[in-house]
Amino acid sequence: MDSPGIIVAFWLLSGITVLSALLVFVARNLLHALAFLVLSFLGMAGLFMTLSADFIAVAQILIYAGSISVLMVFAVMLTPLASRNNGNSLYVIPALMGGAGIAGLVGAVAMETDWAEHSGEALKAADFPSTVPVIGDLLLGRYVLAFEIASVLLFIALLGAILLVHERPEDERSAGQQGEAQ
Amino acid sequence: MSDQPLRRPATPMLQQIAARPTMRGTLLGVPLGVKVIGALFGLAFLALNAAIAYVVIDGRLDGKWYDFRDLGNAVESLRGWTEDEGFHPGVIYGISALLGGLGILSLVGVWLIIGPWVERRVIAKFQIRVGPNRNGPFGLFQSIADALKLMQKEVIIPRGADRFLYFVPPVMIFVPALLGWGPIPWAEKMAYIDLDVGILFTIAISSLGVLAVFLAGWASNNHYSLLGAMRTVAMMVSYEIPISLSLLSVAMLTSSMRLSQIVAWQGHYHVWIIAILPFAAFAFLFASTAEINRTPNDIGEAESEIVAGFYTEYSGMKGGLFMAVELGNAILVGALMSTFFLGGYTMFGLEEWIPGYIILLTKILAVYFLFVWLRATLPRFRLDQLMGFAWKFLIPISMVQVFVVAIEASVFARVTAPALFTLGAFAIVNLSITILLVKLWADRLGYAVIQHPTKPVLTQAVGGLRAAERIRKPA
Amino acid sequence: MPPIPAIDELSVTLAHYLIVSGVIFGIGVVIALAKRNAVAVLMGVELMLNAVNLTLLAFSRFSSAFPAGEEPLTGHAFVVFVLTVAAAEAAIALALAVLVYRRRETVDLDRVNLLRW
Repeated sequence: MDSPGIIVAFWLLSGITVLSALLVFVARNLLHALAFLVLSFLGMAGLFMTLSADFIAVAQILIYAGSISVLMVFAVMLTPLASRNNGNSLYVIPALMGGAGIAGLVGAVAMETDWAEHSGEALKAADFPSTVPVIGDLLLGRYVLAFEIASVLLFIALLGAILLVHERPEDERSAGQQGEAQ
Repeated sequence: MSDQPLRRPATPMLQQIAARPTMRGTLLGVPLGVKVIGALFGLAFLALNAAIAYVVIDGRLDGKWYDFRDLGNAVESLRGWTEDEGFHPGVIYGISALLGGLGILSLVGVWLIIGPWVERRVIAKFQIRVGPNRNGPFGLFQSIADALKLMQKEVIIPRGADRFLYFVPPVMIFVPALLGWGPIPWAEKMAYIDLDVGILFTIAISSLGVLAVFLAGWASNNHYSLLGAMRTVAMMVSYEIPISLSLLSVAMLTSSMRLSQIVAWQGHYHVWIIAILPFAAFAFLFASTAEINRTPNDIGEAESEIVAGFYTEYSGMKGGLFMAVELGNAILVGALMSTFFLGGYTMFGLEEWIPGYIILLTKILAVYFLFVWLRATLPRFRLDQLMGFAWKFLIPISMVQVFVVAIEASVFARVTAPALFTLGAFAIVNLSITILLVKLWADRLGYAVIQHPTKPVLTQAVGGLRAAERIRKPA
Repeated sequence: MPPIPAIDELSVTLAHYLIVSGVIFGIGVVIALAKRNAVAVLMGVELMLNAVNLTLLAFSRFSSAFPAGEEPLTGHAFVVFVLTVAAAEAAIALALAVLVYRRRETVDLDRVNLLRW
């Protein structure tokens, strides 16, 4: 018993998301795949919005569509001589089978299980009017340890990424490539 | 302006043009009918305002649908009417969404016609020129003529361009420029979507433009385009951080991410946040000029270095769309700046008498004038200067600002002294901390004020690069 | 005006979201397994993480299985952690891709096979 807007939005957004995720697989060019991936992320943010998760939806746009895609752009630009081909490896048939198996399994479980879910008026009552304060309380209350660990993880990832791609002076081979890139 | 005596045109050609009666009739003067209609419209506008002012002072229309101080009232009563009539909620939602979207689109559309003219005229005043003054009254139709010219141009796709990605960016870059208007409150109940996560939404939306810029540069298959795109991407990614940090300090001070609540906070305490957080306001202003690619930070399209940057290969209206987005973004940033730091639609009680959207529009135009002023005054920065300024200067000081504001916000929540006193103390403390930090950090980084402009000296004349370095940075 | 019955029968339930997330997870698995380019593999991994986020949020929205005192927004908090880990993982993975490119002038994973046998 949702409002028709939610229903239309769900079908539209899930269509966009699934279709553009498929196009990421089909696209021949890596940059095309990246563009479709961003479209898929945006559709996913819309799906989050239909679940009344506004904070997560906006964070999704900010982190996935805005930052991770730009990171991928940087990775593509820092590897100038590498191929831009989005081709498949030899494992495409087993991979397709595995993916279809997982999707089918999840779908079958989702259809068959009798989920303890809200319906009717309870569902309307379960609409979150404001998520940000509650998430903030949870993050800095019950999950404060995980929050701190996550911050340490981010810091270590930052340092690790810098250390990994740091050019040492004696590494003349990489220096030569840098010259070519410029 | 045919009423005032015209100054004699400078060149013989202009004299000839002025001497030809047909030219004078159309170009230098306005036809009588236009004048009459304009005068009638002006009188009607004045009369309407006087009537509204009378009724407002009389205290007759508070919250009624015909109270045009707040256009939200009209929409609200329309919604109430449709609900009473028993329409489906979807219909009501659709109608309100259409009305709001129409408002935003018409605002941006009107600005795209007036904006180029304003910018060129103001720049011309700065440079002691006349600016566009030929098409229409005061040259107002110049941008329509430009748009017509752009639309007639041939669609050229460069050889080797990516046929699919080449057409995506001009459309894609328009999305954030329009979506960003969503959460901005124009009056007390007047916002297109009053998001609970407004600040985060603003930052997220502004980060979407980066990808469009990159795709435009990459798909054009042109070295200048790619250079401009890489510069712009690096710059925008760097300058997102100072924007986020300064907005974070605003959110902590007002303890809300909802834009309407931030404005209401400023209206409640009768204070502008720029007075409390001067460095955050400066960082936001400077970083957003980088974010929207305006001079002095327009290295992404520096026309004297890399032709037109990432949209070098976009001809006709496709390139025009990029320019339009830049203009639209300029007033969008003006609106954000006014909302976050300049009190939004409030003006120390004036909003009770004047519609809030007119106050906000005035502030937007003031910030826009500041942008034009910066463009007319400052030279373009180099790429390394810009990146260094973001990473070494804006970000560390913004970090310190965030910590200071965190302490102040917790103090503000606990203290029982009058709010004005507390906020005044915060303002003084923040200002002194900012001045101290800027001075110390600038000294530490070696940014010295050049007292006497020096003549450029050839490197050989001073004895090599080392000596030149020593001269440039005295110990 | 009565609500339109045809639309109400299309009501969106938990199963709908789970199926969508399962399909996207499957596509992500296929991309991560079948692509040769390292960046494309990372795209598949990101899609998988996205699908998991959708599942968490759907349970958080629909499930009535929480005890009385339990916060229903726990799923949202988990998603925040997933987003954090995804950001860290993307940074490290792309740094690795750049490093592999420096050593071997390719990001083709089929050709990075020095330790294969």
